[in-house]
This record gives sequence, structure tokens and C-alpha cells, in this order.
Amino acid sequence: MKSKRGLSFWIQTAQALALVLAVCFTLGASDSGTRYTELDHKLMCTCGCAEILGECNHVGCTFSTQELGELRDGIGAGNSDKVILDSFVAKYGAVVLAAPTKQGFDLVAWIAPFAVFAAALLGTILLLRHWAAGRAQLAVQSEAGSPEMDAIRDRIRRETGDGGN
Amino acid sequence: MATFGSFALLIALALAAYNLLAGGIALRLLATGQAARISPERLADTARRAGIAGFIAVSAAAFALIYSVFANDFSLTYIVEHSNRALDGKYKFAAMWSGQEGSLLLWAWLLGTYGFVLRLLHKGDVKLYAYAGTILAAVQVFFLSVINFAAPPFALMKGAIPEDGNGLNPLLQYPEMVIHPPMLYLGYVGFSVPFAFALGALMMRYPGEKWIKITRSWTMVTWLFLTCGIFLGMHWAYAVLGWGGYWGWDPVENASFMPWLTGTAFLHSVMMQEKKGMMKSWNVWLIFSTFLLTLLGTLLTRAGLVSSVHAFAQSSIGTWFVVFMGLVLAVCIFTYVLQRDHLKSDHHVESLVSRESSFLFNNLVLLTACFVILWGTLFPILSEYVVGNKVTVGAPFYNAVAIPIGLFLLFLTGVGPLLPWRSTSMRAVKRNFVVPVIALWAMVIVAYIAGARPWHDGKFDTGAFYALVGFAVSAAVFAAIISEFLRGAGVISRQTGKNLIAATWLLTRRNTRRYGGYIIHLGVVIVVIGLCGAAFNTNQEQELKLHDKLTIGPYTLECMGFSEDSNANYNSAYALLDVWKGGKKAFQMTPEKRVYLASGQPQTMVAIHSVPEWDLYVVFEGTNPDTGQPIIKAFLNPLVSWLWAGVVLIVFGTFVALVPNLSPATASLRVPATRETPEPALHGGRS
Repeated sequence: MKSKRGLSFWIQTAQALALVLAVCFTLGASDSGTRYTELDHKLMCTCGCAEILGECNHVGCTFSTQELGELRDGIGAGNSDKVILDSFVAKYGAVVLAAPTKQGFDLVAWIAPFAVFAAALLGTILLLRHWAAGRAQLAVQSEAGSPEMDAIRDRIRRETGDGGN
Repeated sequence: MATFGSFALLIALALAAYNLLAGGIALRLLATGQAARISPERLADTARRAGIAGFIAVSAAAFALIYSVFANDFSLTYIVEHSNRALDGKYKFAAMWSGQEGSLLLWAWLLGTYGFVLRLLHKGDVKLYAYAGTILAAVQVFFLSVINFAAPPFALMKGAIPEDGNGLNPLLQYPEMVIHPPMLYLGYVGFSVPFAFALGALMMRYPGEKWIKITRSWTMVTWLFLTCGIFLGMHWAYAVLGWGGYWGWDPVENASFMPWLTGTAFLHSVMMQEKKGMMKSWNVWLIFSTFLLTLLGTLLTRAGLVSSVHAFAQSSIGTWFVVFMGLVLAVCIFTYVLQRDHLKSDHHVESLVSRESSFLFNNLVLLTACFVILWGTLFPILSEYVVGNKVTVGAPFYNAVAIPIGLFLLFLTGVGPLLPWRSTSMRAVKRNFVVPVIALWAMVIVAYIAGARPWHDGKFDTGAFYALVGFAVSAAVFAAIISEFLRGAGVISRQTGKNLIAATWLLTRRNTRRYGGYIIHLGVVIVVIGLCGAAFNTNQEQELKLHDKLTIGPYTLECMGFSEDSNANYNSAYALLDVWKGGKKAFQMTPEKRVYLASGQPQTMVAIHSVPEWDLYVVFEGTNPDTGQPIIKAFLNPLVSWLWAGVVLIVFGTFVALVPNLSPATASLRVPATRETPEPALHGGRS
């Protein structure tokens, strides 16, 4: 009973702290990343360097310079992120996006890791419960004992004088 | 020398084949008890000696290649493609692993070296070592076959012999490249040894857990090499590639990380087998998977299956690797199915909240992380196959998926050691978790005040949020580990009267594996803190004329001039930048851009000023073709040096864990004899 009260105290304390911090966070404000930086990190340089567009620093890489120019133009024209990214895909193919989209078959890329993690977590919990239940059953059986074991125990008691006559 | 090298490789292949055949026959005869004209023990010994001779032969081939590089023997295609006369001596060694053929020869040589050591130590358990040696010979036959027939390093140039070579890839002309690839390969190849022992022990139905004890040191040393190799690669990428980061989730990086994850899972779960007799099948499959992942990594990066920034060693050896991996998998499955009754485990789990379950969850998370990386690496191929559309799976995917899993793993790193074996009482939870929970919330507040805020202008910043969680969990794990040390040291201090530092030292020496492991966990915590810093990286790019200034964080960079230099290997241009901090001139930096003469390829040499809070990282990006002015890009990368400090601690912890425990000393104490009491002997620890 005492430990239950203790646990609820800790849970309440944690909740209160979480609430306080959540309020604090919502008050916070500092430097913001530009939209340009956000978008150039969602695209790849197409020169074959396999680097994020915003991080490609090859000297004289005409690909990244051109792509960055197109990105700047897209933002300058007031296009939405989707329109800009779609225009890149139309021009360079889906490989220009730094990560799979969340549509069609690409969605599988995002779902599979979490699905595998959830399935493995559930499997592990069930396995542990199964092992724990098997262990508990063994303990009960061992406590209940058998007639032979009872006879041996009686004999030990008699011969050691522990509770014997 | 080319003929000598080729001949040495052929002899090495013949010796490895003999080792495999004679070893296999001898072990079969021993297993079945069949009579034979030659004693199986003697036959097995000839196989072992062939393995040793094979090491000498493959060493001779490796020497021949290195000699050819130093002798500028441009009659060899490999030397023409990967070296030149002006190449610095230390980088001539690097030429050995800069190409496909050389890197496979390095692999075979390292495998030969491991096999040589293993065969010298055979008296530890003659039969088990014979099995392991024969399995290693099978692996060696594969690699030597590839080198001899598919990717020969001693192939001769067709046509006229050139005066000079094309030079080494500029990316590789950096000091770390002399040690990073061999270190990584030592890790990759090293996992062949525990694999060979695991498969051998399963084949011979080896009783007990002795094989685990034998392979423990091998696995730890291999794991250490792989860890060092990965971190050296990170440091190389940071200092050479010039994009301000150290990990880009490139397929080659992923290929090294996957066996590291499964190897780490193995190092944890073998403890369950040793202490509780659990997870025997699991452990065998973990080490099988780790070995297969090292092969898959080689296949992915060397066969050109996926595009990578490390595209310096691709060829068409993919089929060889696919066939070999299929064979290895088939042998593993066949042996396991045949002998699985030998791996029956006891399942001593009483509670979901116990040390046993924490080990299971730890394995679950490590393997999920491995799956995520494998999935991301292979998804472009899968997507192309299924929908005919190749996609890129880059950093944004891994950051979104792998980071939460990594944070959960970090959490388990702290929680696991605090949980007792069998089951946990509420009282124990309170006693062990109060300090870490306080540390966690204290760090949240401190990090928030220091500027780690997940909301910017009303927008949620995922990177900053993960960093905040990372800092908080790191603090909790740090507190948990330190309190474990203090609790144990406190008891010893009370018993022996030693001060706390001496007591901690004694505590560690009494159980090096446990406390070495804790030191490794501390190293991991420090690495994670370093990784969290990346969420707050900032950069500035600017054209700088003479005396122009660029300000980033507390630093102001003033351009003091530009200069050029040249030598036989490259031309370089560099900027001279005075760095001001707090109104005072603090130091000077000289970021450089080189153009290598042999290949005509440019290369960045980043200038880095590192302090515990951050790195000032300056790149000379070249000159603007329109204005002729040089472009400087400066990064302020917080906490990067913590990464390198963390890995030093990991290395130290691994060494501690490898040291045998301090055995309890036996001391005799003379006491005055009494009529009834004989002279007693006291047994206890050294004090």
C-alpha cells in the first residue's frame, strides 16, 4: 500500500514537471531557420556526389549551383513547398528528393521500421510473459510437491529431530 | 614482383584449399570414428600447418603489392590507377586499399593474420580450434578465389607502360586514411573468428559455454577495431569532405554501422548465456548475422549496387559475393536445423522488469536499428524493382526514424544496469532511480535555459527536441552509472579504509568486465551529447575581400590575404584569416583548397579550431568566377569534440573490460596459538 502511494506521488510529480516544462517551451523563441535552408535540406545534389543539396560544396559543381538557383527562384515566385518540390521531381526525377515521399509505395519505407519495431516489441513482451508464467508454474508445482518428496521431507524431519517425535 | 605476387596468391589459394579439404576430412573422420590410413589428428595438424603457411604466402603477396607501389611499377594496372611518383610515402600504403583489388587483398591478408594467431593458439582446445580454423579456411578460399580470378591486383597494363600513374584519390590523401580503412577491415574481418567458433561449436555440439568465453576477447577486440574504424571515418569525413558534418548516412557508412549494431547486441546477449544459460540460439544467429552483414556491406559498397560518395572501389564482383553469402546462409541454416536440440536454453525470467528483460529489450532495439539502416540502404533497390522508380533514402529519413530508436537505446543503457537480476521491487526502483530522474529533469531545465528549445517562433523544431531529450537522458544515464560506481566504491571504502578513488579503482579491477562496460556506456553518453550538438549547428557563407569580416557566434573572421603554393603532388590556394573573439585577436586560420596534379581533382583542407563548447570550422570554397573573390564558409558546430572524447573513453573501457579480474589474494596470518584453536588461514581480497 505504501509503495502504491509512493508511486502515485512520483507520477504526479512527473506530470506536474512535464506541464511546467511544456508551458515554458511554448514561451520560448530564438533564431529561425529560413525556408530556403529547410528546402535545400530536403533535396539532393544531382551531380552524383550523393550529398544533400544544401551541403554539396564541390568547387565548380554546376549542378548544385543550378538547383539552388531554381530553388531561390521558386521561393521568390511565392510558390508553396509542394509546388517547388514537385517541380524538382518533374525535372530531375524522384531521386532529387532526399527522403521518400509519404505517398504510394514510398509510404512503405516509413511504415516498415515502426511496424517492425512495434511487432518486435510486442513479441518480446509476450515472450517474457510466457517465460515468466512458465517459471511461476514451475515454482507452484515445486511448492506443491509430490508424495515421494513429502515422504523424504518427513524422513529428514524425523532423522534430524526437526519437528519429529 | 608482379609474377612473385601472382604466384604467392596462387600458392595461398592452394594452401587454403588444402586446409579446408584436409581439415574437413579429418574432422569428419573424428566425428564418425571411421578408420583411415592416416590418423585424423595428424591430418588435422597438416591442415593447421597449411593455414599457417597460407598466411605467409598471402603476406608475401601483400608485400609484393606494397613494394610495387613504392617502386612505381607502372606495368601493373592497379599501380597506374592508384598511385603516382610524387605521392607521399605514407599514402603509398593507402594505395593498397584505395582500389577494389587491393582492398580485397587487404581483407585476405587480415583474415590470414587472424587465422595465423588462431592456429598458434590451438592448444587451448585442439578440436574446437580445428573446426574454427577449417571454417576460416573456407572463407579464405572464397576471398583468394575472387582475388585470383575476378579482381587480380597484379594484372598487367595492356599496351605501353605509362611514365606516371593517375595518383591516389585526393579524398584518401589525408593522414587518417592511412589507418581508418585497415581499422575498419580489422573489424569486418575479425568477426569471421567468432563466426567460425560459433559455427564450429554448433557443428561439433560443443558442450557448455566455453566457446563463448574463448570468443569473448576476440569479439571485443574486433568490436573495438570496428568502433575505432567507424569513428576515424567520421573524423575523416568531418575534416576532409568540408560539409560541416561527420555522418551522412551514406551506404558505406551504413555498411560499417550494421555489423557494429549486431556485434554490440551479441556482446550484451552472451552475458545472458553465460550467466543464465539463456538465448543460445539467439546468440548463434546474432554472430551468423554479423558475419553476413560484413559480407553484405562489402557487396553493397564494392559491387556498385547503391550509389555512394565512397565510389572509389566499385567493380562487378557482386555475383561472387551473392553466391558466397547464399552458401554461408545455407550452411548456417543447415547446421542449425541439424543441431538445434543442442541449443536448448533455460528461460529464467521472473519479471518483465528485470536485468534479463532489459538485455532482451536492448537486443530488440539494436536489431531494430540495424533493420532500419538495412531497410533504408536497400529501399532504393526495392523501389526500383517494385515500381520501377528509384528514390533516394538520405539523412532526413534516417534522422526521422533512427534517432528515436537511438534515444530509446540510450534510455535502456541507463536503466539496464540499475535493474537487479530476476525481478525488481518497488523499493529497489525508488532507490536506484531517484538520482537519475533528478539528473534528467535538472538537465532539461539547464538545457532549456542554455537555449535548447524545441519551439522557434511558434514552430516545432524536431532536431532541437531530440537534442533536448538526448541531453536529458544522457544526464540520467550518466548519473545512474556514476551512482553505481559510487555505491560499490563506498562499500569497499568502508571495508578497507581506502579513499573513494582508490576504492573505485579496486572495484573496477575486481570486476573489470562489468565496470569496463560501465566506462564504455559513459563513453557512449559523451558521444551522444556530442551528437546532440549537431542540432544547433550554424553557418555563414560570404565572399571576402582583403580586410572584409565575417561574424559567426562569438568569432569574427577577418581576411588578411590569400596565397598560393605548389609542390610535386598538388597546387594549393589558401586564405589567411585572423580570428577575433571578445575584441581581441585570438588565433589565425588557413583553410586550403588543393588541386592534385596527377588526377586534376580538387580537395578541401578544412581549418578547424576546436574547444569543448564548439568547433569553428572554416572552408575555403574557391573563388567566385564572376567577381574573382574568394568564398569562405564558416560553421559553428557545438560539442563536436565530445564525440572524439567519448570514443577515447569507449576505447579505455574496452581495454578495462579485456583485463582479467583481480583474483582474490590468499593471505596467511599468524596468530598466537591457543589450546583449543588451531592456526587459522584468512582468505580475502588484497587490501
